[in-house]
Amino acid sequence: MSPLLEVAGLRAGYGRVPILAGISLAMAEGEFLGILGHNGMGKTTLMKTIMGSIPATAGSIRFAGEDVTGLATHRRSRLGLGLVPQGREIFPTLSVEENLRMGLAAAKREDRALIDEVLEDFPRLVRLLDRRGGALSGGEQQLLALARCLCARPKLILLDEPTEGIQPSIIEEMIETLQALRRRWSLSMIIVEQNLDFITQLSDSVLSIQKGRITGEVDRERLIAGDVAMIPA
Amino acid sequence: MDLAALVALNVVNGAASLVLLCLGLAIIFGMMRIINLAHGEFVMLGAYAAVISANAGVNIYIAMLIVAPLCVGLVGLIVERCLIRFLYGRLVDSMLATWGLSLLIVGIVTTIFGNTMQGVPTPLGGFSIGAYRTSWYTIFLAAVALVVLAAIYGVLRYTRFGLVARAVMQNPEMAAVLGVNPARIYMATFSLGAAVTGLAGGVLAPVSGITPVMGGAYVAKAFITVVGGGAAIISGTTSASALFGLVNQLGAYFTTPVYGEVILFIAATVLIRLMPQGISGRFFRGTI
Repeated sequence: MSPLLEVAGLRAGYGRVPILAGISLAMAEGEFLGILGHNGMGKTTLMKTIMGSIPATAGSIRFAGEDVTGLATHRRSRLGLGLVPQGREIFPTLSVEENLRMGLAAAKREDRALIDEVLEDFPRLVRLLDRRGGALSGGEQQLLALARCLCARPKLILLDEPTEGIQPSIIEEMIETLQALRRRWSLSMIIVEQNLDFITQLSDSVLSIQKGRITGEVDRERLIAGDVAMIPA
Repeated sequence: MDLAALVALNVVNGAASLVLLCLGLAIIFGMMRIINLAHGEFVMLGAYAAVISANAGVNIYIAMLIVAPLCVGLVGLIVERCLIRFLYGRLVDSMLATWGLSLLIVGIVTTIFGNTMQGVPTPLGGFSIGAYRTSWYTIFLAAVALVVLAAIYGVLRYTRFGLVARAVMQNPEMAAVLGVNPARIYMATFSLGAAVTGLAGGVLAPVSGITPVMGGAYVAKAFITVVGGGAAIISGTTSASALFGLVNQLGAYFTTPVYGEVILFIAATVLIRLMPQGISGRFFRGTI
């Protein structure tokens, strides 16, 4: 079977500052792939380049058998790529419900039943539906960003530092939710993180990223042992 | 008492005219941060569309309320595709380009129709308040302003297009991640803003002098009201129009209409100094 996502020799950056120096990776459908790296190593840039917010200067991205390297962001989204961005990017003056409806923005018809179905896995959001997105706590916003992404029924979710600045109880809740969703929805996911516990509990395999390159696969045994030295410096 | 009623009516009229003049600009500026210096010319085109079609035998209400917004909406669509879409996020460039556009439109209209234009008579006649006479058209203008306000609010608040438009206004990149093409939304909102402006030109045509340069009289007032109102399209425009309409008419009543305009601009300058984010940036945060 051909991989769901195949990235080859990908380069990108901001203006003339190169960030990604030739990233290559492939993942199968149903896989949860972790990418571990410190700040400034190119994790977020990689996510944004796969999503199309930052143009690739070299290399290629194939998704679900199609070359998407030159496609606009909204086209990639409609093919089934979803991003839960760093900083969550909730629409602050839209209500929680309206934020979720934005997950259906690309659909021909707005099917509210999809929202209700997603909300079953996010009970915490149900009583917040009328609240403005900007009034939620960081953790609640993170759950909302994930739920909003799920409303679009993506084939592959890019999860960019979901634990950043989030209280531990919500991190636990997110791990449980994602594991439950995985069993039921046959999701595929790339998780970019610095939080060892989170990435270990969810990923099938973990790659390390350093200075814009994938430097290899991280040994699972040592990850589980919580060997902090594993994080590539 | 009669005099008070007349002044109140003038205030309503002033505010309604401002609302009509500003809404289209507020949509274009509020949603896309494009400073459209050709706004006055869009008003003028709406007036021309209404007057020409009315003089050609079209019912005056159809000419004002349907032909004018359709024509200017179409002009807006063409302008967005050919010019504006290259200028999003480039504030100064957009000012220069739309200023050039305004000169071009004035030139084209002058070439085709000459320096003056046979206007249309004000429909509806008048009525008396005690010893004073005023026109029903004043009431009509206020009603049109209310209906347009309600319609824009309804579209933004309750339709799917409105939701997507508000989301794009807040965060176009995230909207694109969710599958929305921001360029399409910008195109639609720019045309909508132009159409509303055309409608304003249409309904103001019977009470204005119709010349190719008439837009100049409106553009400054419209801009100062939009900036005074702040980012929220409906609550900002309405509150600023009500305030400035009141100041303008009361100033005109106690002094002369010319000083009324001067007092309006002084009041606006003071307001923007006190509230740089506009009225809605201070009092109606998070509203539409």
